[in-house]
Amino acid sequence: MNDGGIERAQAKVLTSVWAAAGLTLARDLRLAFRKRGQLVQPLVFFAIVTTLFPLAISPELSRLRDVAPGVLWVAALLSSQLALEFLFRDDAQDGTLEQYALSGQSLSWLLFAKTGAHWLLTGLPLALMAPLAGLSLGVPVAAVPGIVASVAVGSVALSLIGSMGAAITLGVKRSGALLSLLTLPLAMPVLIFGARATELAVKGESYGAPLELLGALAVLGITLAPLATAAAVRVNLE
Amino acid sequence: MAWTWFHRLGSPPYIYNLAARLTPWFAWPAALLMLAGLVDGLVLSPTDYQQGDGFRMMYVHVPTAYLSIMIYTTMAISAAVGLIWRIKIAHAVAASCAPIGASITLCALVTGSLWGAPMWGTYWEWDPRLTSELILLFLYLGYMGLRSATEDVQRADRISAVLAVVGIVNVPIIHFSVVWWNSLHQAPSLMRLGKPTIAVSMLIPLLLMLLAFTLFFAAVLLVRLRAEILSRERSASWIREVVTP
Repeated sequence: MNDGGIERAQAKVLTSVWAAAGLTLARDLRLAFRKRGQLVQPLVFFAIVTTLFPLAISPELSRLRDVAPGVLWVAALLSSQLALEFLFRDDAQDGTLEQYALSGQSLSWLLFAKTGAHWLLTGLPLALMAPLAGLSLGVPVAAVPGIVASVAVGSVALSLIGSMGAAITLGVKRSGALLSLLTLPLAMPVLIFGARATELAVKGESYGAPLELLGALAVLGITLAPLATAAAVRVNLE
Repeated sequence: MAWTWFHRLGSPPYIYNLAARLTPWFAWPAALLMLAGLVDGLVLSPTDYQQGDGFRMMYVHVPTAYLSIMIYTTMAISAAVGLIWRIKIAHAVAASCAPIGASITLCALVTGSLWGAPMWGTYWEWDPRLTSELILLFLYLGYMGLRSATEDVQRADRISAVLAVVGIVNVPIIHFSVVWWNSLHQAPSLMRLGKPTIAVSMLIPLLLMLLAFTLFFAAVLLVRLRAEILSRERSASWIREVVTP
C-alpha cells in the first residue's frame, strides 16, 4: 500500500476502540434512562414471580428456604428474558445497527458494549434485588454475599446468551416465545451452577466452586458470544 | 481439472440425481442389517442376569441416542460449511437433518423412558443422559422453529446456521453441567448401561443395530434432501425435466 493509502486508512479510524465502546454504552444507558418505567419492569416481574411461590407452595419459611435457591434463579432467568426482545430491535428498525456495521469499528465489539449496557440495566439490578427476595423466602442474612455474587456473575453469562438469541431472532416478528425457546436451553448450565452456588450459600457452606464455574461460563460467553451475535446481526441486515 | 467433481457437489441437479441413485444403496443394507440385528438382539442373544428381557430395549435406545448427537453434529457441520463457503446444498442438508434428528431424539427419550419403567420403577428419572437428551430435543425444536419463522429461505439458512453452530459449542457444556448437577443430587446407585464390559453376544447385535440406524439415517437424509432441493429449486427449469415423465 502506498503512503496515501495508509494515511487515508488512518484518517478513517477517528475514534479508538475503547471510545467507540464507551460511546455505545453511554448512548444505550441514556436511552434507557429516558424510559425509567420500562427500566424497573424486569425487577417488578422478578419480585412478583418470587411472591407467587409462597402463595403456591406454603407460607412456612422452613419449606420456602429449601426451594429459595431454585425460585430465585428461575425468577432471575425468566426476568432476564423480558427485555431481550428489544435489545437490538429498535436499533435494527431505525438503522443504527447498519451504521454500526458500516462504521469501520468491529461490530462484535460494539454489540458487546450494547450487551454490557443491557447487563448494567438488568443483570446488576437483579443481583442487588435478589437478596431482598431471598430474605423474604427465609434465607439467612449470611447468604447475601453469595447470592449477590452468583447472580451478578451468572447474569453476565445470561446477558451474553440472550444477546445471541436476540440477534438471531431479529428478523422474526413477535419473536418473544421463539427467543425463549432458543435461549433457555443454552442458559441451563448457568441455572445449574447459579442455583448450586446459592444453595451452598444458604446452607452456609463454601460456594467457591460453582461460582468459579459460573465465572468460566461468563468468560466463555465474553469471548465467543459477541462473534455469534455479530454474525447473526450481519445476516439479518443483509 | 481435478476439482470438477468437487464443484459438481454444489450443483442441485447433480446432487438430486446422485441422492436418487445412492438412496437404495443405503436403504437396503439398513433394512437387512436392522432385521439381522433385531433377530439377533431380541431372539438369539441371552437374557441379562440382572435386567431380564428388559435390557433388550438397549438395541433401539442406544442407536437412537447415539444418532441424536451424530445428526446434530452433521447438521451443525453442514450448516457451518454452508455459512462459510456459501454452499446452498450444505444448507439444504442441514435443513433436512433437523426433523430427522428431532424424531430420533424423541425416539431415544421414549425408549429410555420405557426402559426406565421396569428398571427404575418410574417412567421418568432425572438421569443426566435423559435430561441432556431432553435439552437436545429443545435445541432441535428451537432450530426448526427459527427456520419456520423466517420466511426468506436464504436468510433462514444463514441465521439457523449461526444457531446450529452456537448449539454445537453448547452441547458438551450442557451435557457436562447436567452430569455434574445430577451427581450432586442423587447417589449413582442406579442401573448403569456403561458396565465395564458388555458380553460379546450382546455387543454384536448392538453393533449391527448401530450400523443399521446410521445407514437408515443416511437413506432418510437423502430422500429428505431431494424433497428439500425440489422445494427450493421449484422455479428452476431442470425440475420440469425431472418431475414430468
